[in-house]
Amino acid sequence: MNTPEQPDQTVPGPDALQRFARSWASAVLTLALGVVLLILLPRVLDDFALVQATVYVVMSILAVSLGFIWGFGGILCFGQSAFFGLGAYAYAIAVTNLGDSTLPFLLAIVLPAAFAGVLGYLIFYGRLSDVYMGVITLTVTLILFNLINSTAGPEWKIGVAPLGGFNGIPGIAPLNMPGNVDDVIGPRGLFELSLGALLLVYLLLRTLLAAKPGRVIVASKENEQRLLLLGYDARAYKLSAFVLGAAIAGLAGCLFANWGAFTSPTVFSLAQSAQIIIWVIVGGLGTLVGPVVGCVAIQWLTSQIGTQQTINSNLVLGAILVVFVLMVPRGIVPSIGSICALLTRRSRRKAYARSNINAEVSSRAAQDEHDTPDDKAKVDPHGETVR
Amino acid sequence: MTPLLETRNLNVRFGGVHATRDVNFTLAEAELRCVIGPNGAGKSTFFKLLTGQVKPTSGQILFRGQDISNMQSHQPGRLGIGIKTQVPSLFNGLSVWENVWLAARRVNTPQQTERVTRMTLERVGMLAYRDATVGLLAHGQRQWVELAVVIAPDPPLILLDEPAAGMSDAEVTRTAELILDINRQHALVVVEHDMSFIRKIARTVTVLHQGAIIKEDTPDRIMSDPLIQQIYLGKKPQ
Repeated sequence: MNTPEQPDQTVPGPDALQRFARSWASAVLTLALGVVLLILLPRVLDDFALVQATVYVVMSILAVSLGFIWGFGGILCFGQSAFFGLGAYAYAIAVTNLGDSTLPFLLAIVLPAAFAGVLGYLIFYGRLSDVYMGVITLTVTLILFNLINSTAGPEWKIGVAPLGGFNGIPGIAPLNMPGNVDDVIGPRGLFELSLGALLLVYLLLRTLLAAKPGRVIVASKENEQRLLLLGYDARAYKLSAFVLGAAIAGLAGCLFANWGAFTSPTVFSLAQSAQIIIWVIVGGLGTLVGPVVGCVAIQWLTSQIGTQQTINSNLVLGAILVVFVLMVPRGIVPSIGSICALLTRRSRRKAYARSNINAEVSSRAAQDEHDTPDDKAKVDPHGETVR
Repeated sequence: MTPLLETRNLNVRFGGVHATRDVNFTLAEAELRCVIGPNGAGKSTFFKLLTGQVKPTSGQILFRGQDISNMQSHQPGRLGIGIKTQVPSLFNGLSVWENVWLAARRVNTPQQTERVTRMTLERVGMLAYRDATVGLLAHGQRQWVELAVVIAPDPPLILLDEPAAGMSDAEVTRTAELILDINRQHALVVVEHDMSFIRKIARTVTVLHQGAIIKEDTPDRIMSDPLIQQIYLGKKPQ
C-alpha cells in the first residue's frame, strides 16, 4: 500500500540554482571570494580607496545582521541602527575610560545583545504582533537618538568620557592588540579586521542556518503554530535570533567607531534605520549575500551622486527603492538567480530530450533483464540543506 | 492502570454557551477512537481542549496521569502528543523533507533524524516528493505530509481533526489505510463527521451531542441506534 507514486515531471520544488544557493558549495565559493578580496584589495587599492572600502564592509556587517533576522527569522526590526549605535557608543565610552580596547570591543557586542534580550523578551514573550515589533523598535531608536542628542553639556559624562550630545564623541582611540595599548590598528589592519569579521559572521550564520536552531528559526517565519504543536518553543528561538542580530550590529557599530574615530547621534537616526532596510530590499531578502550586495551598491551609488550637485542623492535613493519594490521585489541576488535558472532550464530541456532517446534505447536492451524495482528517489539525501 | 488520556468532568463555557458539558473521556494505550457528532455538537471545542488551544472552565485533562489542561502551547508536543489540525498546518515555503526533518529532529540526533525522516516519508508514500515545496502540493498530499510530520517524533498519542476533509474517494481510502497502519504503534483520537470514513477505521466511537458524551459503542451499533440516527443524521437510515 505504501508504494510511492512516481512524481510526474512537474513536481514543484527548488531548481538546481536554488539548491546550489543552499549547498555548502556556495558557502565555500562565497568565502573563497571573500578571502581573495581580503588578500588582494589592500595590495591594489590606495589608502583613500581602502578607507572607503572599509566603511562599505562595516555597513555590510550591519546589513547582514538585519538580513538574517528579517530574511530568515521574519522579524522586521526598524531599529537595527539602535544596536549599531549602542555598539559604537559602548566602545567609545569604554575605551576612553579604560585605555585598552579588548574589553570595550567585547562590550560593544555584549551590551547591544543584552539590550536586545530585554527588548525582545518583552516583545516575543508578550506575544506582540509583527506590527508592534516595527513600531516598538522604531520608537526605541528614536528615544535613543533624542536621549543621546540632549547630552551636550559637560555634566553628561560616563566616567571620564563626555557624551557630547549632538556633537558626538570625537577622537575615539582605535583598537589595539590585546594588552599592548601602543600597538594600535592602522587603516589597512582595520580593513582586514572588518572584512575578516564579515566573513566570520557569514560563516557563523550559514552554519547556524544549516543546523537545527537555524532551521527552526526559518520555520518560525513559515508557521509558528506548527512549531508549537511539534513542541518547539518558538519564542525562545526568535528571541535568540533577535539577540544574535543585535550582537552582529553592535560589532559593526564598534568597527564604525574605529573607522572614523568618531560617533554621533546620527547612528540612531531614522535615515540610518531606513537605509539598512533599503539595502536588504535591494540586495535580496532571504539571502545572506544579498544584503552585502545591496549595501555596497547603494553606498557606492550614494557617494557617486554626492560628487555632483544637480541631483539630490535622497531623491535617487527613493526612486531606486520604488523601482525595486515595484519591479524587482525579490532583490538583486535572487533575481540574478532566477535569470540563471531560466538559462539552465532551457539547456536542461535539450539535455532531457536527448536522455529520453537514450533511455528508450537502454530500456529495450534491459527488457530481457530481471524486473528489478526502480527506485527513482535520489540516493543523495540532500538533507544538509543550508542557505 | 492509568489510561493514556483521561478527561474528568470537563466543562467549557463561552459566555452563555455551554460548549462542553461534564465530559469524562478515557482512552487506553494504543487505542483508536473516533469522536463524532453533528455540527455544533462540540467536537471542535473538545479537540481544542485536548490540544491546549482552549482552556477548560472546570475539570481536568490527564495525559498518563499528568494534568495538561493549563500548559503552555508548546508543551503537549514535548510530552508526546502529536496534533494534526483540520486545515493542514505546515511550513509551506519549505520542502517535504525539511518539514518532516524538523518534526523528527526535536527528539532525534542528526543521524537518526535522516533515517527517521526517510522512513516516515516512505510510510506515508511521499518519499518521491521529498524535494517538492509543500505549499505547491495538492491538498490530499499536504494532508499526508502533515500525517508524516505528526508521526515523525513517534508520539504515543495522536490527535487528528478531520484527517480526510476535502479528499477524493481514493484519497480517503488511502488515508484510512494509513491511519490503521499508524494505529499499530500509536494511540489515536480522530474527530470526524464523515460516516463512511468512520466505518473504514473505527472500532469504538464516541458520540458528542450538545457538548456532552451521549454514547460510546462500536460503529455498527452507533449507526443502528435510533436516538443517534435522529440527532446525528436527522433522518432514517437507508
